[in-house]
Amino acid sequence: MEYLREVLTQQVAGYDQLPEVLQIFLPMLLACLLCLGLVALVPLVAIWGERKVSAHMQDRLGPMRVGGWHGWAQTIADGVKLLLKEDIIPAQADRLLFKLAPLVVFAGGFAAFVVLPFGERFIVSDLNIGVLYIAAISSLGVVGIIMAGWASNNKYALFGGMRAAAQIVSYEIPTVLAILTVVIPVGSLSMQEIVRAQSGSVFNWFIFQPVTFLAFWVVYLGTLAEVNRTPFDIPEAESELVAGYHTEYSGMRFAFFFLAEYANMFLVSALATTLFLGGWHGPGFLPGPVWFILKAVALVFVQMWLRWTLPRLRVDQLMHVSWKVLLPISFLLVLAAGTLALMQEGAP
Amino acid sequence: MTLQFANVLVFLGVGALFIFVNLLIASLIRPSKYSEEKLIPYECGENPVGSPWIKFNIRFYVFALIFIIFDVEVAFLLPWAVVFKELGWIAFIEGLIFIAILVVGLAYVWAKGDLQWVRPEERYE
Repeated sequence: MEYLREVLTQQVAGYDQLPEVLQIFLPMLLACLLCLGLVALVPLVAIWGERKVSAHMQDRLGPMRVGGWHGWAQTIADGVKLLLKEDIIPAQADRLLFKLAPLVVFAGGFAAFVVLPFGERFIVSDLNIGVLYIAAISSLGVVGIIMAGWASNNKYALFGGMRAAAQIVSYEIPTVLAILTVVIPVGSLSMQEIVRAQSGSVFNWFIFQPVTFLAFWVVYLGTLAEVNRTPFDIPEAESELVAGYHTEYSGMRFAFFFLAEYANMFLVSALATTLFLGGWHGPGFLPGPVWFILKAVALVFVQMWLRWTLPRLRVDQLMHVSWKVLLPISFLLVLAAGTLALMQEGAP
Repeated sequence: MTLQFANVLVFLGVGALFIFVNLLIASLIRPSKYSEEKLIPYECGENPVGSPWIKFNIRFYVFALIFIIFDVEVAFLLPWAVVFKELGWIAFIEGLIFIAILVVGLAYVWAKGDLQWVRPEERYE
């Protein structure tokens, strides 16, 4: 954002004559709108991508007609269709919570984009509590999901909401503990500091170091569960719960749940990229932001790949993995990271 | 510093506004035909039986309780991790004690069978 302000000051004539408040506020708003564009664009591409990926994995072609080239405009057509759909709220639903739920889910996921470091100077705001902030605000989605499940006045929705809540809170703990293994050697929660700690050669990326290599898998599994993706997608298991917590949603309100899901997939991939894959670092022939987005998209692709490869876990297996496997592992990882950091430093 | 957090507010505001504007556009162009039957909660085409606000498995509640304990712990460990290298071995040992206390808690819950989704019946002998 500071960079944006500099650019504006240099490029736009008379920008520095504007009132102080506007000078600060305009770059904020502009950065926010850029991120909003990204959040709208990423699902548009990702949904089309997922349909193509799943189709080719099942030896089909997927959407081929809309827009000509490989059905690239399919998602846009679907978006327009959803815009024209009737908005149905069940008669006995809790109307206020029902309307508020998509807002909470979407705004929570969107606000997390504040701290994503797209490049050395391309970050909306490098909060000094970056990692904690992202963990906290992306958990806001759970509240929205419970609201949706409860307010729908539908048994499937209630079950979906409850399962989602149980799952997300369970996987939150191993994830954040595994993130600690990165925070300990860096000594900061700021996203940019974490990326800078991985500068130099590719082997400085945390994924290529012993303890954090294991932590990467814990974080990847945990975040996969937090965005309700297969094999952890029991909150919206089609075969038993119809559509889970958004069973009763239609039209644009449903579209926002969908948008938030894909935005969150990108978000957790971007988080894993920042923490373990060196963020915007990469060979010099491409600029930093391109590397960052490429790495995140590659992780999103792996999420899709897993979805069309693995079967769904049962709810008891899900809890088993989180509490009895990942949690002890992540405790050990934290201690190992601590020992390693002290041995390298030769601390007092 | 405070100004940095203003970004968060801007994001939340713009996110909410984005949804509001979209819903407004949708409400202007979408059809709206009232029908009693459309407003019945979906239950595979049957009429819903009983209240949807049913009793659900008590395990959800138990897991939420365990979660709170560990979440507070994680919240305490984050600042610990930030200053870890400055404090050195003292921090490590104190962290070890802190984690050990919680691991005892985890072991207790585990031994009691509360980490299982279907809890085994207690046997009285």
